[in-house]
Amino acid sequence: MIPELGHFALACAVALAFAQGVVGIFGPSLRDARALYAAPLLACSHFAALAGSFLALVWAGVVSDFTVENIADFSSSATPLLYRITGIWGNHDGSMLLWCVILSLCGLAVALFGGNLPASLRARVLGVLGLISGGFLLFTLTVSNPFTRLWPPPLHGAGMNPILQDPGLAFHPPVLYTGYVGFSVAFAFAIAALIEGRVDAAFGRWVRPWALVSWCFLTGGIALGSWWSYYTLGWGGYWFWDPVENAALLPWLTGTALLHCSIVVEKREALKAWTVLLAIATFSLSLSGTFLVRSGILNSVHSFAEAPNQGLFILALLAITIGGSLLLFAIRAPVLAASGIYAPISRESALVLNNVFLCAITAVVFTGTLYPPFANLLFGVQLSVGAPFFNQTVLPLAAPIIIAMGFGPLLAWKRADFAPVLQRLYLAGGVAAVVFLVMAANRHIIAALGLAGGAWVVMAALTDLAQRTRLFRVPLGQSAARFFTLPRASIGAALGHIGFGVTVLGIAGMTLAVQSVVVLQPGQSTKLGGYVWTLQDIHSAPGPNYTQRVADITVADKSGVFLRLHPSRRFFAAQGTITNDAAIHTNGFNDLYAVFASELPGGGAELRLNEQPMAPEIWIGGLIMALGGFFSLSDRRLRVGAPARKRVAAAVAS
Amino acid sequence: MSPLRRRLLFGVPLVLAVAGGEGFYVLLRRMRNNEYDPHALPSPLIGKRPPAFSLPGIAGMRGFANTDIAAPPRPMLVNWFASWCMPCAEEAPLLGQLAAGGLSIWGIAYEDDAKSLQAFLAQNGNPYQRLASDASGTTAINWGVYGVPETYFIDKSGIVRWRYAGALTPEIVKSTLNPLLERYS
Repeated sequence: MIPELGHFALACAVALAFAQGVVGIFGPSLRDARALYAAPLLACSHFAALAGSFLALVWAGVVSDFTVENIADFSSSATPLLYRITGIWGNHDGSMLLWCVILSLCGLAVALFGGNLPASLRARVLGVLGLISGGFLLFTLTVSNPFTRLWPPPLHGAGMNPILQDPGLAFHPPVLYTGYVGFSVAFAFAIAALIEGRVDAAFGRWVRPWALVSWCFLTGGIALGSWWSYYTLGWGGYWFWDPVENAALLPWLTGTALLHCSIVVEKREALKAWTVLLAIATFSLSLSGTFLVRSGILNSVHSFAEAPNQGLFILALLAITIGGSLLLFAIRAPVLAASGIYAPISRESALVLNNVFLCAITAVVFTGTLYPPFANLLFGVQLSVGAPFFNQTVLPLAAPIIIAMGFGPLLAWKRADFAPVLQRLYLAGGVAAVVFLVMAANRHIIAALGLAGGAWVVMAALTDLAQRTRLFRVPLGQSAARFFTLPRASIGAALGHIGFGVTVLGIAGMTLAVQSVVVLQPGQSTKLGGYVWTLQDIHSAPGPNYTQRVADITVADKSGVFLRLHPSRRFFAAQGTITNDAAIHTNGFNDLYAVFASELPGGGAELRLNEQPMAPEIWIGGLIMALGGFFSLSDRRLRVGAPARKRVAAAVAS
Repeated sequence: MSPLRRRLLFGVPLVLAVAGGEGFYVLLRRMRNNEYDPHALPSPLIGKRPPAFSLPGIAGMRGFANTDIAAPPRPMLVNWFASWCMPCAEEAPLLGQLAAGGLSIWGIAYEDDAKSLQAFLAQNGNPYQRLASDASGTTAINWGVYGVPETYFIDKSGIVRWRYAGALTPEIVKSTLNPLLERYS
């Protein structure tokens, strides 16, 4: 019964979403207040219906209702409760529903927090969101219905892919989807602004917090996914340039560009059409990334059910959304004229430079990802694009961004002078140079460049904060007081840059990782990275829905044993699969990583031991970036929509 | 910029998106009609001998040239792989079984370095009798390698009879490879 209610709620949501779309987009031109205020109410009820539908599916998962095909195929009675719930979005139909729930949540957020928007703009934004949601809900309801019943039901259910039974992956899809889908709001603002024909400073101010929230989630989602592959796949790798990963990276890159250039719109009323285009592009890339990857066109290692029929439906939705918005852009955007002018050396120029390079990276990654199928289509040739291509093309393009990131925040708006900025950055430059020389002396050129770049970005961001608080030039207490009165957006921006620098440090440090694969009998030991690793024992241990063999490893340095690691091999009887559970010990700057690769017939274990310097920094950096974004969100002007005058006063004071 | 040129410029994203969408539409339609499979594509090499190449060995193993596979004593497989490729690790146990069953498999590591390759082989087993390194990727281009892993079946006269792009599975071995082995041995 409950699944039928969920199914019915889903059908209601389709109707409500389309109503929201039509009323929202056409209501404002009726000049009827009722039409204007109907859109937010429809958005709320649309969300309520969809949330009910989703809860019905969660309920079916929690009570293991195997008459629902979705639950029978991807869950089992032995699956722990957490994974019975998270398994709902571990498959195509369920993840579509989650996607739609998050989209309607975005609509709800605009309805609730958009009180300071002009009513007609809010209605149109909600209208655009409603139409997108309606399209994808219709797809979910007709083609990929998660409530399909199964009779007779199986006794136990097929169970979940063991490798997905992991807390990191459980929360990866919702976080990533929130990032993807969140950009729909920025997209809807862009479309609404094009319909109204007005893009001004206020547009920049309205669109930025929404872009910022989704950017934070996307950053977090990518970091979570990368962290998951680091600790579960057991290779010590964290990024593979797979189409699915690239699909998440592309909107992140354009989203980052959007964040930066919307500042220019807000403060200087320039780059308007470009900002609108980026908002459209970011959501378009999110959409195409999510769905085309699943269509099976791209040869990905991530397995999704391939369904070309569903692919055509999705492609039609994408064509309407992306094609329609770009058509509107081509018609309406040419009249948007910049009113702010700026000199070649200025904050604006630095932000343009950031945009140019971010978009260049986007273009390269996009080309590399789509080249194989399109080369086949156009020229009938077969070729492969793998990690070496991406490393060789993306890293050189990232270098100028890293260099420019140091200068940008210190440059003044409109017209700046380079010399004083260089002077202020002597410390950052010095630290970077020292790091480079120390590492280069040890013949680690790649690591030296990366670590120097990371140090440069972190130090430059700290210098920016120190400048603003006049650290060491006024008494410490006064600096602290200044720090607390700084606009939170500038602290957030500095945190974002620091986080990026920390990630760069991590990636660079990982190039120094050492690995060794050894076969050890209990009692034997091996040396790696200055430590002595000893296999003490191999024993069995029970698990909730698996049995496992655990290797006890001790790690000793000169002063004796300081660490015990317990990597295990888990046997999932239901699926007949084995997973390796890596044991990772971190001190924050160095990971000791042990994998129990296999147990040999003659006794003894094949172990993979890694020492990965700076590995945690990759994800800590991602976390800092996301936190910086959230911190920036708490800025007063975003919260209360304070008039622009106050900010100018604050900027002068700093 | 003249207003017209500005208008044309602003239409560029639309044109690109339409072209891309059309491409995807054709690909999807071909996929539905089984005319396009991103994982397995017909190879221009089928019925021919591999183009001339001579690749050095890697990870302490002997490399090989096209002349070494011009007339193998028994049909054999040439397997393209790389340590950075996840499906390659997936298919490794199956290759190990095939090698243990007496099939000779020669490997070519695609754009790889010795260190990570050694780790890969130590972890996933080494089914290869010989192992060459195509560090620059040019031999792969000449072969028309679509991506790694990719496996070529070469008969006793050195002619490529079959190519499979993607990780081999027990089903493929049963349905395609075993009949080929029977036919050409």
